[in-house]
Formats: sequence, C-alpha cells, structure tokens
Amino acid sequence: MSHDLLVALPIVIPLVTGVIALLFYEQRETQRIISAIGAAALLIAGIALLLEVRAEGILVSDMGGWPAPFGIPFVADLLSAVLVMMTGLIAFTVALYSLATMDPRRESFGFYPLFHILLMGIAGSFLTGDMFNLFVWFEVMLIASFVLIALGGERAQLEGAIKYVALNLISSAILLAAIGLLYGVAGTLNMADLGMKLQDVDEPWLVTTIGMLFLVSFGIKAAIFPMFFWLPASYHTPPIAVTALVAALLSKVGVYALIRAFTLIFTQETGYTHQILLVVAGLTMVTGVLGAVAQYEVRKLLSFHIISQIGYMLVGLAILSPLALAGSIFYIVHNMVTKTNLFLISGAAYRLQGTYELKQLGSLYRYHPYISALFFVSAMALAGMPPFSGFFAKLTLVRGSLEVEHYIIVAVALFTSVLTLFSMTKIWTEGYWTPSEAEENDELPPGVNSWPGWNSQMLAMFVPIIILATLSVGMGIFAQPVISLLIETAEQLLEPSLYIEAVIGDES
Amino acid sequence: METLMAILIGGLFASGIYLMLRRSIVKLAIGLVLLSQSANLTIFTVAGLTRGNPPLVPEGESMPLVPYADPLPQALVLTAIVIGFGVLAFTLVLVKRVYQTVGTDDMDEMRSTDGFKD
Amino acid sequence: MKSLILQTATRSLVAVMLLFSIFLLLRGHDEPGGGFIGGLVGAAAFALYAIAFDVQSARRMLGIRPQMMIAIGLAMAGGAGIISLLASEPYFAHLWYHTDIPGFGEIHLGTFLLFDIGVFLVVIGVTLLVILTLSEE
Repeated sequence: MSHDLLVALPIVIPLVTGVIALLFYEQRETQRIISAIGAAALLIAGIALLLEVRAEGILVSDMGGWPAPFGIPFVADLLSAVLVMMTGLIAFTVALYSLATMDPRRESFGFYPLFHILLMGIAGSFLTGDMFNLFVWFEVMLIASFVLIALGGERAQLEGAIKYVALNLISSAILLAAIGLLYGVAGTLNMADLGMKLQDVDEPWLVTTIGMLFLVSFGIKAAIFPMFFWLPASYHTPPIAVTALVAALLSKVGVYALIRAFTLIFTQETGYTHQILLVVAGLTMVTGVLGAVAQYEVRKLLSFHIISQIGYMLVGLAILSPLALAGSIFYIVHNMVTKTNLFLISGAAYRLQGTYELKQLGSLYRYHPYISALFFVSAMALAGMPPFSGFFAKLTLVRGSLEVEHYIIVAVALFTSVLTLFSMTKIWTEGYWTPSEAEENDELPPGVNSWPGWNSQMLAMFVPIIILATLSVGMGIFAQPVISLLIETAEQLLEPSLYIEAVIGDES
Repeated sequence: METLMAILIGGLFASGIYLMLRRSIVKLAIGLVLLSQSANLTIFTVAGLTRGNPPLVPEGESMPLVPYADPLPQALVLTAIVIGFGVLAFTLVLVKRVYQTVGTDDMDEMRSTDGFKD
Repeated sequence: MKSLILQTATRSLVAVMLLFSIFLLLRGHDEPGGGFIGGLVGAAAFALYAIAFDVQSARRMLGIRPQMMIAIGLAMAGGAGIISLLASEPYFAHLWYHTDIPGFGEIHLGTFLLFDIGVFLVVIGVTLLVILTLSEE
C-alpha cells in the first residue's frame, strides 16, 4: 500500500464513517452498524500504520502534493503511530459499548456522526506536522466534544459543558496567539522546519517565552496543574460511553502536543523549561490523587485520577531520557486501556445497580462476581500492581528517573501510587464488598441485582470490557516487546534530526 | 503602527478576560469573542504590517517585489475567523440552552454537581 | 412581526442573493470568491426569508434538512480528497481535467470545484442549522 494512503487513512476513515452516518440521519439502526464498522476499520488502519512505520521508519505524506515546508505534511513517526493505533482500539471498544448503552434520543440527535468526527480530529492531531494545522484539528476535536458532552441537554451536562467550553476556548485563543508569535519569530509553522530554524536562533529567551505560552495552552487541554479544573467539573456529566471516550483520548492529545512541542521545537533551554515541566508533573500527580481520595462518586473519582495520571505522563518528558520517556509513553498507552475500562465497568455496574454512588452500590461482589473480577484487574492495573500493565509502566518510569538521579520525583510518584491504591481499594470495599444500608435492611427494590442473562445488549457491553481487561493483563505479562517498542519510540523522539530529515529531506 | 496595534491587542485581551471573569454567561460568550479576535490581530501584527504592496507577481517578473504583504498570516487569520465563527455559533446555542434549563445566567448558580453527596 | 415592505422586498432580494451566492462560488475558481463566502451569502438569503416570513416557510424553501446538506457537502469535499488518494496521489492533491467544448472555448475542471461546492453546502447547512435552531425556540 502506498504511504500516502496509509498515512491519510486514519483521518479519512472516520470522516467517511461520520459522513455516511450523517447521510442516514433518520435511520438509527443503519447508523449503529456503520459506526461499528468504521471504528473497526480505524483500528485495522492504525495497526497497519504502526507495522509499516516500525518497518520503514518515519512516513511522510505532503497534503495536496505541496512539498514541505510550504504545504502541510502529515507525519507518522512511532509515537504518532502508536497513539493512532490506541485511538483505533479505544474507538472500537467504546463504539461497541455505546451500541448497548446509548439511549435512542441521543442516537437520533447525531451521536454517531459526532463520535467519528471527534475521532477524525484526534487522529488528525496525532498525525499533522504543522503547528497551525494542529490548531485546526484541535478545534475539530473540541467542537465535536463540546456537542457530545452537551448532547442530551440534562442540567448537569449543560453546567459541565459551559465550564469545559469556556476553559478550552481560552486555551485555543492562547494557542492561536502563540502560533502567531512563533510565526513572527521563525517565519514558518512546519514543525520540522521550526525544529531546524529555532536551534540557532539569536534570542533563545524569546523562543522560550513562546514555549511557555504553548505550555499553558496545551496544559489546559491536557489538564495539568493548576489548569485542570474544567476536567472534574465536566467529565462525569455525559453518558458513560462519552465519558470513557473523552477521558481516554482528549487529555492525551494535549499530552501528545506537549511531548511533540518540547522534544522537537522548544529544546533551546531545556534546563529551564523542563524543570518547570518536572515541578508541574509532580504537583499534578499529587493534587489529582488527593482530589480523588475525597470523592465517593465513581465517575468523579475516576476523573480526578485522570489528572493524577497526566502527571506521570509528563515526568518522562521533563526528564528527557530514553527510558523515562518510554515509561511515560507506556503510561499513556496503559492509561488509555485501564481508564477506559474502569469507566466502562462502572457504567456496567450502573446498568445493574442503578447508581454511581459508592455507598449505594453495595455488595456487588456477592451478586456479580465476574464483573467484580474484571473491575479488580483494571483497578489493580491502575494502581500499578504486578503483573498488570500499570506496574511495568511505573517501573520503567521510576527506573528512568533513578538513572538520572531525580529522587524527589520518584518519591512523589511512589507516594501518589500509594494513594491511588488507597482510592481503588476504597471503590472495592465500598462499592463491591460492604453491603449498602438498603441491602442490610432488605429494602432493595425488586429487579435490582438480578442478572439479565447474555442477551446481545449484555454482550456488546461486556465484550469491550473483557478485551480491555485482557490487554491490561497481556501488556503486563508480555511487557518486554511493548517496552522495547516504546524505547525505540523514545529514542526516535530524542533524535529530532530524524523527524526533520524525513519531512524536509523528502523533496524528491 | 505596530505600537498602536500592540496597545489595541492588549486592550482587547484585557477586556476579553475582564468579561470572562464576570458571572454572567452572556458576558462570558462576549469575552470569548474578544479573546479570539485579539489572538487573530496578534497573528496579523506579529507577521509584519505592510501597506499597499499586495504579494502579486508583476508582468515579466518571477517574484513579487519586496516589500510585499505576507499572504500566509492572512490565510491563517481567515481560517481562524471561520473556526471562531463555528465555535461562537455553538457557544451561543449552548448559552441559550443553559439559560433555559438552569433558569439563570449566573455562573455561581451552576454548581449543582460540584459538591459532595452524602 | 410581519412587515409588508420587508416581505415584498425579500421576495425579490432572495432570488438575487441566491444567484449572487452561486456567482461568488463559481468566481472562486480563479478569482477572489469561493465556497465559503458564497455559502454565507446563500445562508443570509434563507435567514432573511426566515426573518421576513417565518422559520417554517424558510425550511420549506430550503426543501432539505440542514443536517443532510452538511452531510452531502462533507461527502463532496472529503470525496474530492479521496479521488486523489485513489489516483495514488497525496490526500487533497488536486487533479485537473482539460477539455475543449466547441463554440464555448477551453474549460478546465478540477477536483477543486467539487471541494468548493462541498464547502458551499456545508457553510449554508451549518449556518442555517444554527440560525433556524436558535430562532425556533
């Protein structure tokens, strides 16, 4: 397959799927089938892209046939390819899950077209090689996520959406201004060209200032300390399938943008910029997990955990050594899988028990031991227990930090880990083990706690959960190939000349 | 000219942020508009203001005559305006729906999900 | 509020505005103009009609749901890119087709025209979706 096609497919497939779903606006059943097929195709395209990039090196496709740096290139290096593949995986599982859980009203108001337009924005952000184009993909993604979060129009959703929209639009305005300033300094917006031209700029402080503007803007999107307040205010309000999708992907796009910008473009004064990143990473970890410890509503608790884990993803970027960076990317991949799964499982528990409140969930373990086991796997993976994926992600990160003697951040990371374990145990004891008050007094309404049997709805709900739980175990047991792939990825990131050569040197 | 633009942009940013800090969601929306317009003006100004020299190639030449106005920032601003238009349209619909559902335009009243439940 | 003056003026203005929007769209081929501003003018025509009469009659005049218009527009614009992919070119590399029509002169058609018409439809669709939704409630 030609490289142009391979690089364009992760963007074209969701576009085509979204458009076809929109053309069948009146027929919900058709939309459901199209959505599932489109998501599966995206996963396959992602895997094909990763295999090709690993075999052939960085792939570049110049949009519209205009050569870089004049046109907009789409660049698939290992990091982009890994993240695009993960996007496909999350898209596929959540698309299946939403077949079972999405209510007909939201479906008939365009849930599926929006779902795929959101995926297009995410894939575009991962693949583009141009700063302004990145802004455009961000906006595509944001508008789709705005509507998805507000879709349904419940009071809580609208309240969450207004905060989400306001803060993300501030971030977009800052990004736009920063892009303008960057163009003023460098005269180009092509990332590879920027990386080349800004290496020998006369006034590094000017570039660093612009870099800080990018840090603020991407930081709001990635929900880092102290700019994360929109996340716990809005992520728990929409239906669980939407929450799982945005929780798994949106803030990771912010992290990806940070990694790309601070390994390729803003590397003039790493002593200064990456020190800030390190402090921010530590504070993000701690504040996020402290927020989570205080919560008793599953979705809010998990939302705070997202913030805490963004911190881990930044540590590797701040330290900038291959092993630590590989650990961070492993953490992104692991977090996409487990966090999505935890949301999906709490949605399944909601379906069976009718509540997200831990104290009312009661003794889920007694009635549904298998769901509880699936939850246990994901919760322990998130907390970083061996042999699950989280353990090796954290181990790589901690070893990477120890190698370069950043002991404080290691202490912070391990402290956060303990608190994560504590809050996961809290969900387990309160939601799955201890009987609720209603159960103790035998006041449960009839029908609650009963298992509806393996109908197609239950299958669509549990197949994604089982896939993700298996992956979470699999990435732990077969951690070696994953880590070696990610170390390769990190080494590629730390050698920007490879990226620059692939984009600019591709003039023939 | 650049100094004047810098003062204008600063003023727009300041008014945008001031409006966003108010409690009314309508003012929030207006603040967002000002903010995105000031970002657009930033791009436009930083890339260099050149008057009266369109980037056209004269007859018999192969390059436009220097100094010419850089067309790229104008294309960027145009794209950003279009995107801002879409985002603003959505924000207005959202503000209206929020007002209808919550019954107020006061941000302080929109905290029903922020607290803890017992 | 129904104003007889506005309604009478609207009847003739809408036709002119729609024609002008198509003129702008086609002019965008080689000169300033194009799908975006053409679409805005077209949407303004329908919006004017909705103000002078009512939203329902504007919807009737449109004859198609705005969502469907967005879908068709996106399909055309995205399709223009996919055609170039099928021809083993990068995404959105525009392909040109030159032909001579006797008595009319040489014309050149490109996938770019398809893209521009798609943009035209999307802009009208999105603008009307927002305006009609806001004014209906």
